[in-house]
Amino acid sequence: MRFLLLPIIYLALSLNVAAIGVDKNRLSDPAQESRAQQIMKQLRCLVCQNQSIVESDAGLAVDLRAIVREQIKAGQTDKQIITFMTSRYGDWVLLKPPFKAATAILWLGPLFLLLIGGFFVFRYVRQKPSISTPEPLSPDEEKRLKHILRDSEK
Amino acid sequence: MLFKRFLPLFIFAGIFVAFAVGLTLNPREIPSALINKAAPEFSLPSLEGDSIGLSSADLQDPDHIIVVNFFASWCGPCRIEHPALEALGQTDGVKLFGIAYKDRPAHSLSFLKSLGNPYAKIGTDLKGRNAIDWGVTGTPETFILKDGIIRYQHIGPIHAVQMDKIQTVIKELQQ
Repeated sequence: MRFLLLPIIYLALSLNVAAIGVDKNRLSDPAQESRAQQIMKQLRCLVCQNQSIVESDAGLAVDLRAIVREQIKAGQTDKQIITFMTSRYGDWVLLKPPFKAATAILWLGPLFLLLIGGFFVFRYVRQKPSISTPEPLSPDEEKRLKHILRDSEK
Repeated sequence: MLFKRFLPLFIFAGIFVAFAVGLTLNPREIPSALINKAAPEFSLPSLEGDSIGLSSADLQDPDHIIVVNFFASWCGPCRIEHPALEALGQTDGVKLFGIAYKDRPAHSLSFLKSLGNPYAKIGTDLKGRNAIDWGVTGTPETFILKDGIIRYQHIGPIHAVQMDKIQTVIKELQQ
């Protein structure tokens, strides 16, 4: 079993990978720290762009995390902290854009497309199958048909 | 019937336009939310550290267009734009101020000594907190102000091609 020991040790060490963005100066109050984490998850790292500032080790993300913690410590509400960020960096700093006139297409676009698609699906499903009545047979064809039927009965 | 025949073409044209616009936008350019708003209040020490280098009071100058440039000695693109800053610093009716971003003052000083100092006044933002108040995401970034109001922001180094735009903005503000 000793051959398993080394992989287990390595595996245990690799758990640190999940600890990116963990700062030394975390808030001592766990409730405050979890509030800070909640806010930081909503904020975009402006340098790396598709990560939140929790996930990033960019200098600016580190600074913004420190600011979030400082402001929580200073008794600011979540809303005040978010406003602090958006007044400097605009709505872009929020990973989840707010619903406004400028973002209406973003939020309602998918719903709109779903409705259009739904309409076509509805129409397709509801349409009556077109059963065309064939033209009556000409006397000539009538004759041939009789002939064929007679042959097959033999 | 004619409409139905050309419907795919219309849809294609719509998608084409959407992509032509969308794919040529630069997602790295995050405009500051402070355009047409007052510059933040601040007071920064000088590079020598013995006095106030630059404060928001300096931006309230009715006779000049104010250009504020964030730079650092460790920032490569800041070297590239240095000639453009020298030209701006010598433009009539323009005052160029610098804010050293997260840079050791000694390093900033030797950077300016080797390249030349285009700034009328310099403040040091050691921790980069002042830059956050401006909505700066990194150096170099340049703001153009009139009467303490931020009117234009340029993200990244000022290349020769972008000087025209910046000079146009300054001329428009001067009128």
